Amino acid sequence: MTIRLTILSQIQQVAGEQKKTLAPLADDLSLLDSGLDSLCFAILVARLEDMTGVDPFTAAGDAKFPTTIGELIAFYEHVAA
Amino acid sequence: MSRPDPLSLTDLLAGAGAGRAIGMKGAALPLGGFPGATSLGENLGALAGRAVVLMAGDQLKTAAALIELDGRARRIVLCPPDLEAKHLNAVIRDAKADAIVYDGDGPPPEGADVALIAPCLLPLAAHAAPAAERLATEWILLTSGTTGDPKMVVHTLASLTGAIAKAAPEAARPHWATFYDIRRYGGLQIFLRAIAGGGSLTLRSAGEAIEDFLNRAGGAGVTHISGTPSHWRLVLMNGAARRLDPDYVRLSGEIADAAILEALSALYPRARIGHAFASTEAGVGFEVDDGQAGFPAAYFERREGGIALKIADGSLAIRSSRTALRYLGKGAPALQDEDGFVDTGDLIELRGDRYYFVGRRGGIINVGGAKVNPEEVEAVINAHAGVHASLVKARKNPITGALVAADVVLNAGVAEAPSLKDEIIAACAKQLAPYKVPALVRFVPSLAVTPSGKLARHG
Repeated sequence: MTIRLTILSQIQQVAGEQKKTLAPLADDLSLLDSGLDSLCFAILVARLEDMTGVDPFTAAGDAKFPTTIGELIAFYEHVAA
Repeated sequence: MSRPDPLSLTDLLAGAGAGRAIGMKGAALPLGGFPGATSLGENLGALAGRAVVLMAGDQLKTAAALIELDGRARRIVLCPPDLEAKHLNAVIRDAKADAIVYDGDGPPPEGADVALIAPCLLPLAAHAAPAAERLATEWILLTSGTTGDPKMVVHTLASLTGAIAKAAPEAARPHWATFYDIRRYGGLQIFLRAIAGGGSLTLRSAGEAIEDFLNRAGGAGVTHISGTPSHWRLVLMNGAARRLDPDYVRLSGEIADAAILEALSALYPRARIGHAFASTEAGVGFEVDDGQAGFPAAYFERREGGIALKIADGSLAIRSSRTALRYLGKGAPALQDEDGFVDTGDLIELRGDRYYFVGRRGGIINVGGAKVNPEEVEAVINAHAGVHASLVKARKNPITGALVAADVVLNAGVAEAPSLKDEIIAACAKQLAPYKVPALVRFVPSLAVTPSGKLARHG
């Protein structure tokens, strides 16, 4: 599974568990408007670390944090590459 | 001058009939031998009035030395089996010790600055105990600090035995067994119960498999047995559990949840299943014998035995004659508050007419500012039919600082299906706030247990 598909499916999974209604996922969707709260993001980051072996939020240092779904995916693709 | 002699272990042992003994694997200490025999040889007289660091090597030698030294020594520092050599000098300094009793089957400790170093040896040798002034010996117990030197907690035989009813002469003599080591508070309670109760005691030898211990305890006719919920979970997994047919099963040292109480009650339908709330510092607070988790809120109203409970900053505090008196050592913190209460650090929560233990103050997981007690989550996970035991811990997280993660041991024969993880998470989501639900569930073959029999919560 590509990183993109992994991230999108985990977003759906976490939203389901946390009973959140997701906005339609598109690359330019702002993370703040996605329907996920900070707990959801925390879980997402932890699950993705287990699946991909990387945590770009901790590894990034002073890199610019993602603000949209597209940037989030690129964030992981960049670290995994 | 008119004060009565303080209570001593020798008094509690008085009239010990033949056949009473403390048994370990392949060895036994007969209790009828005192005071006409000794493990300390010619040094017994010279130990009188001293502050003695007791590191006798094993539980049988420790038991013998305790019986001989109580009332004779000014102070006994009871070293746990895992006391590291690097802490010995701090222990000697803080206890102002001037003698060491060591395992006579090994070399004497090196580099210890005390006046007398005495070996302890079994079997007991015939020796008339030299006369000595009867002292109210201080008993010093060690508790592990998370870092640095161990904390030293001052008790007396009176505070240690405050919760132990003296056996009626005609009552059946219980034969105790414990998974604990008698060199720590929980095990020491059982040692003292065996001494005061007129019966015998079966102890687990170092490194002895649970199955071997259960077989030995069953063969010895054990009627009363104690351990932590973690110990009892190991028993439940073991076929040799049925070698025992106890009258009384006692749990302490960790939260006894409904799942473990029910499982034990099913295993031993004839037995009284009780859990006790006790700690080295707070002593034995109370015992709960109604078979349910938690304790009745009415305990806050009762004053029997001079015990008073209160809630301080969410945790249970206890005032009684069974609490420790103080910490030893320079700069040691106060053990009791201005009203004489000892804070246990155990957080409690009222549900209906009962209080439930929900975790340790120091064990809280902080999920983005929201507080989670690991034990509260474990209780929900453990209630799942497929789950044998669980450990809930913090997992570092860049968004919320920490998240809740769970290591789960499944019951024998239950397959590690992903759907089972979903079921466990769903059960937690139904009963707990969202931030308390484990974000990550991992199946593991077993959970580490500390030397004192509790789930290892650090590392």
